[in-house]
Amino acid sequence: MANKTGHVVSVNGNMVNVEFDTSITKNEVAYIIVGGTRLKSEVIRINGNVASLQVYEMTTGVAVGDEVEFTGELLSVELGPGLLSQIYDGLQNPLPELAQQCGYFLQRGVYLDAIPDKDWDFTAIKKEGDTVEAGDTLGTVPEGAFTHHIMVPFNLEGQWRIEKIVPSGTYNVHSEIAVISNEKGEKKSLSMIFDWPVKKAIKCYQERLMPDEPMVTKIRIIDTFLPVAKGGTYCTPGPFGAGKTVLQHLTSRNAEVDIVIIAACGERAGEVVEVLKEFPELIDPKTGRSLMERTIIICNTSSMPVAAREASVYTAATLAEYYRNMGLNVLLLADSTSRWAQAMREMSGRLEEIPGEEAFPAYLESRISEFYERAGKVRLKDGTVASVTIGGTVSPAGGNFEEPVTQATLKVVGAFHGLSRERSDARKYPAIDPLDSWSKYSGIIDKNRVNRAYSILSRGNEVSQMMKVVGEEGTSLEDYIIYQKGELLDAVYLQQNSFDPVDFAVIPERQKETFDVLYDILTSDYTMESKADVRVFFNAVRQAFLDWNGIALDDEKYQQYKTRLVDTYKEKVRA
Amino acid sequence: MQKVYTKIESIVGNVITVRATGVKNSDLAEVSGANGKSYANVIKLDRDLVSLQVFSGTQGISTGDSVRFLGHPLRVSYTDALLGRVFDGSGKPRDNGPDLNENMIEIAGSSVNPSKRIIPRKMVRTGIPMIDMFNTLVESQKLPIFSVSGEPYNQLLARIAMQAEVDLIVLGGMGLKYDDYLFFRNTLEKSGAMSRTIMFIHTASDPTVECTLVPDLALAVAERFALDGKRVLCLLTDMTNYCDAQKEMAITMDQVPSNRGYPGDLYSTLASRYEKAVDFDDAGSLTILAVTTMPGDDVTHPVPDNTGYITEGQFYLKNGHIEPFGSLSRLKQQVNGKTRDDHRALMDAMIKLYAAYNDTLEKKSMGFMMTDWDDKLLKYGQRFEHELMDLSVNIPLESALDLGWKILASCFDRNETGLKTDLIERYWPQE
Repeated sequence: MANKTGHVVSVNGNMVNVEFDTSITKNEVAYIIVGGTRLKSEVIRINGNVASLQVYEMTTGVAVGDEVEFTGELLSVELGPGLLSQIYDGLQNPLPELAQQCGYFLQRGVYLDAIPDKDWDFTAIKKEGDTVEAGDTLGTVPEGAFTHHIMVPFNLEGQWRIEKIVPSGTYNVHSEIAVISNEKGEKKSLSMIFDWPVKKAIKCYQERLMPDEPMVTKIRIIDTFLPVAKGGTYCTPGPFGAGKTVLQHLTSRNAEVDIVIIAACGERAGEVVEVLKEFPELIDPKTGRSLMERTIIICNTSSMPVAAREASVYTAATLAEYYRNMGLNVLLLADSTSRWAQAMREMSGRLEEIPGEEAFPAYLESRISEFYERAGKVRLKDGTVASVTIGGTVSPAGGNFEEPVTQATLKVVGAFHGLSRERSDARKYPAIDPLDSWSKYSGIIDKNRVNRAYSILSRGNEVSQMMKVVGEEGTSLEDYIIYQKGELLDAVYLQQNSFDPVDFAVIPERQKETFDVLYDILTSDYTMESKADVRVFFNAVRQAFLDWNGIALDDEKYQQYKTRLVDTYKEKVRA
Repeated sequence: MQKVYTKIESIVGNVITVRATGVKNSDLAEVSGANGKSYANVIKLDRDLVSLQVFSGTQGISTGDSVRFLGHPLRVSYTDALLGRVFDGSGKPRDNGPDLNENMIEIAGSSVNPSKRIIPRKMVRTGIPMIDMFNTLVESQKLPIFSVSGEPYNQLLARIAMQAEVDLIVLGGMGLKYDDYLFFRNTLEKSGAMSRTIMFIHTASDPTVECTLVPDLALAVAERFALDGKRVLCLLTDMTNYCDAQKEMAITMDQVPSNRGYPGDLYSTLASRYEKAVDFDDAGSLTILAVTTMPGDDVTHPVPDNTGYITEGQFYLKNGHIEPFGSLSRLKQQVNGKTRDDHRALMDAMIKLYAAYNDTLEKKSMGFMMTDWDDKLLKYGQRFEHELMDLSVNIPLESALDLGWKILASCFDRNETGLKTDLIERYWPQE
């Protein structure tokens, strides 16, 4: 194949213009050759015989006249067994292997194989002569706790006949597994690995379904009040220091899904390190194996090249869709989508496009919705139901939600978990604002009862606002009780101590039990004479409740603590 | 071999363009003419038109000045001879010492592979109780000091430079008043800390371009010393001047501004500098403490706002002391469990009581009756402010903890502090 080439005519930051004389494709990958190194870049605009490339590396040392090689392939990731527990950069370079080769620092122009060169125990499912199409499973290999499906590449069209398939046995990931052919006589040799362009959603499924099943996070305020559905989308905007990343880490640890993909996009490297060092030590209660075995980390931290940051969320989405197509439930966590949007803004500025609000490009909203639309619950061709859930954090400038990225995100997500500075300053964690946030999904508890509890919370909040003006003296006893009920709901249910060994993750059954008791407390009438009585009463109830929250389900004192709580409040309930 | 170009096509702001071939992006060039010599670096290439930003500014540059490309990016010498020296924003000596040309290293190198990072584990002792005791500084941490202009932030930095238990201090000054520069130099010389200090100083009257180079020079040198096993503390003041210089450059280059005139890549620009902070598993570490003045005391201003998203906490300097409430060291949990077993509990208890003191002050100012408890809090709050919060207090952590107990004992009864009984029994001072 004759290589298509061109040469550099101008350099501006990480944008390089290249003159070419053959035909090239938009979004294809090109390499700029600087000295001995090849810098990966992507064609993002073509104008006459000049192509604009965004370079995924620093452009120091690039000169006019440098040679450029066009590959003819769109920016792709490798899909195959061995992806789980890997740590990649935004372009699917394995970081630990890179460190072995280059030492402490990232070196530009070094691109390694994403999928480890390894042997797998292959079990054939299809046999010679079978007809298959894109996405069909040829056979499986065990990958940790999961059955990894070796599928027909998603980009093949029409029906294909299996000419040859290897018998079950141990094969290298790169070796030939099957040969297929179609009516036109085209022949393809398949290994366990194939490529897929990251910016294209994988659509190899039968139909999309309504996301109607809750995705349990074991965080009470989310599961009960602001639920997320499997196959749904949600966003977590918040000012710095409000605990966005801690909340995402908790979710990535505790979420009841099969696979978690963490896209650390333009954030602190230190935060990724915590995941890297902690996850291998933690045990996934579902599989009994280390949490790392269900996790993939895509890590393009803030000091790594900006253009690769733009690619990293797509890389993560593609890996999520790939595992979804094996019938698994995947959770993709992107931290933070603002940094990704900023990467688009930087590029747009270099392209001298007419800026939209706050200099973000005009296509910001469509890109954001395109990304979140890659989530979904689907029925695969074999009837299995699987899902990709996407949760993204947003880092709004100045903590003000009236900015383009937050607003564009709110339009497309199914749940909004807004973090507030007031709550985090008051050390009320998770700092999700219960009154501003919303969710369109249904959770683990009956909607009517949740709404009733909600109304008490918002009434209590109103009373508390009023009390700031008129003082406690000017508040009626009735209102004061509502205020105390709201505070109780906040203190014992909405707040959750992520450092407490018991309270940090609460399973749905326990949430239901807790909510039943709380609901009864909130909806009961009480016989109390004075505000002092009310205060003492609610203090006692709160203390008993927190004690109960803090005790493990299998502890023998569990029932005893519950009884003590029930006795405490029943005493004052009006008959 | 190195061709000299003698026709400058345009001079706009700090940027000149020349027609030249074979030039590489980011390369350094020397511009010389009747009004002296200056370095410049390539910031844009468009066919044979090369844009360069001139470090010393374009004042007095003539279209006939000669431009000579040196064929490499801006570099800085890395040797032990750097210690005790002062340089300007282009790496030239500011003291009367000799030029250093040995072992040149490139600035603004690639970032550390995240998989090679480790969880921070060592504290940096500063002798300032508000830092050591309440918001411990940790090796490899990046922390800004958010300050209103007029606060003694440079004094604070100088004290930290003198006292911090590190091997090496690299001080980067951006837009410093000349007096401040002299203050730093004199203070460090007097205390003897100068011999372990390297200074890169850009004063307010120096050319803007040099301001944007100071952090890169300082961090490049600091990083290399860290790689060679030194525990390095890099002090930067003032990052807001740095951002303003970036803004000035971006606007001269016709870049579309994003927020209050700052360039859209402000976050990435700051992040790639702050992220240089690192702890190497088998070598030294680099800790960054940077002053960010908040224009109008507004933390939502783009500079402090973007900084807050990057750094691992912040110190608020207000009314002459480090605020106990807004300040936060996100990494303190990694180390303060290992110092002394009363550290965490005492820290929490004292802060809670100080918060209660503030409530009492408010009550008092509104003319409410003071109870016994209020009187105790008032006494406590004043002692706390004088003996621990005051910036002139200079005691090691252990003495600060002991002093904390002493203050508590002088103001409260044993059961009023909210501390656990076993700690009280061990640490409560005996009369």
